[in-house]
Amino acid sequence: MTSAVEFTLPAVNVEEKLFQNRYRIDAGRPHIKVRNADTCTNCELKPCTVCCPAGCWRVDTDGGIELVVDGCLECGTCRLVCDEANVDWNYPRGGFGILFKFG
Amino acid sequence: MEQFDVIVVGAGPAGNAAAYTLAKGGLNVLQLERGESPGTKNVQGAILYADALEKIIPDFRDSAPLERHVAEQRMWLMDENQSCTGVSYRDARFSQEPFNRYTIIRARFDRWFSEQVKAAGALVVCETTVTGLLRNDAGKVIGVRTEREQGDILAGCVILADGANALVGSRAGLRPEIDARNMALAVKEVLFLPKETLEARFNIGGKQGVVIEIAGNITHGMAGTGFLYTNKDSIAIGIGCMLTDLKRQQLTPGQLLEGLKQHPAVAPLIDGAEMKEYSAHLIPEGGYKALPQLVGDGWMIVGDSAGFVNAVHREGSNLAMTSGRFAAECLIDLHQAGKPATAANLSGYKQRLDDSFVMADLKKYQHVPDLLNDQPQFLGLYPRLVGDAARQMLVVDGEPKRAKQQRIMAQFRDKRSLLGLLGDAYRFWRAFR
Repeated sequence: MTSAVEFTLPAVNVEEKLFQNRYRIDAGRPHIKVRNADTCTNCELKPCTVCCPAGCWRVDTDGGIELVVDGCLECGTCRLVCDEANVDWNYPRGGFGILFKFG
Repeated sequence: MEQFDVIVVGAGPAGNAAAYTLAKGGLNVLQLERGESPGTKNVQGAILYADALEKIIPDFRDSAPLERHVAEQRMWLMDENQSCTGVSYRDARFSQEPFNRYTIIRARFDRWFSEQVKAAGALVVCETTVTGLLRNDAGKVIGVRTEREQGDILAGCVILADGANALVGSRAGLRPEIDARNMALAVKEVLFLPKETLEARFNIGGKQGVVIEIAGNITHGMAGTGFLYTNKDSIAIGIGCMLTDLKRQQLTPGQLLEGLKQHPAVAPLIDGAEMKEYSAHLIPEGGYKALPQLVGDGWMIVGDSAGFVNAVHREGSNLAMTSGRFAAECLIDLHQAGKPATAANLSGYKQRLDDSFVMADLKKYQHVPDLLNDQPQFLGLYPRLVGDAARQMLVVDGEPKRAKQQRIMAQFRDKRSLLGLLGDAYRFWRAFR
């Protein structure tokens, strides 16, 4: 009678969530960069694309990584889940980035 | 260049506690914060533990922005999408002043705390990210480097309250880099509801609040927990998992949170609420064994940056405030005695921590992170078995109760073997005793 129901969660549009947040974008000065694009292309699992809570990391059409930091929540997850240490991670310049209303 | 007695890096609970105490103690304090204003970069559930703040600002209740006092605590074991087993603890004494715990909204609370810091006499400079530390030839930390032009600032001691990522300390080589195995990622939404609707749904009145801590397969087999806290006219709901588990599977943090929101035990509570913010934050959950060196020549580490989190009891901000206060008290003693901030002299900070609940509690649960990492049945299998057992005993279908009981016992043995059950009981006792 143990019911091990197979259950998976539906996809979520994280951009809709981020739309509620307040940001001050530092245009042209991304605070996170990929060190070596080829390393990402050769990375099989690409954990950044799963773990980033803001969906900043996407697989592009060539199997590489597309990184857009505008919605970044500044948590630091991408830096830690990258086994190749391929994430050049810094906080944004003072005053820029996410501005939490509630936190 | 200007010389301060102390520079505090960061304006969260640890940094604010340190800066406030130092300024009250008569030291010349500079506090640097990267956010536009204090609180705009900070994320927490959030529960405020009155005791830790009372020891810093005894009359905080007169002016701090508090949401609700915690009148009831619920603990729920949830499966992915169907069932929920829970216990509640409501106590009339929780609703008698002085209240012990409150829900708060951190952006508002941190702004208030920072106002107290400024009123106490500290210089608080925002929109300034600290990028490195300055050291003399002997290796002593003598100040900080900021990104601003001519942004080097000197001080007799630097307190690192720069949060969970601990970038400043690790980049300066004062401590090892933080390890993904010790970090949890939590995501959270703030959902607004009319106050009356919220109070009716949670069976509360006046300024009472409810705290729900959630474990079980709602994290889809990963080591992690969820939470739901009631504010005045909003609900904070979140879920967190260890990074090492998160990177091994395909569910995104946003999906996990959506799964919690859609669970039949939660969905009616938040129905119709308006989501106004989505946030994320790392939590250092490595506990005692993951603590870095806490002091050196000219520096101390406090709060999340040091990893002061009691994951079992969901406590962190109180450890942060207490560590910030201890660091400050140690420096005030040295200042009055005219002694420099050498590693040996700063060990008074470590001593205060050792003599307090901070280290006592971290030591008590030092084996828990290993237990949950190595023995996932505690978070996945057992909650499911408990839920299944409850359902079988509660369904009335003409089957004798003893037969149900025997089948439930057989299911436990089938899933985990008698030796496995006994071993788990021992491991559980050892980790939590």
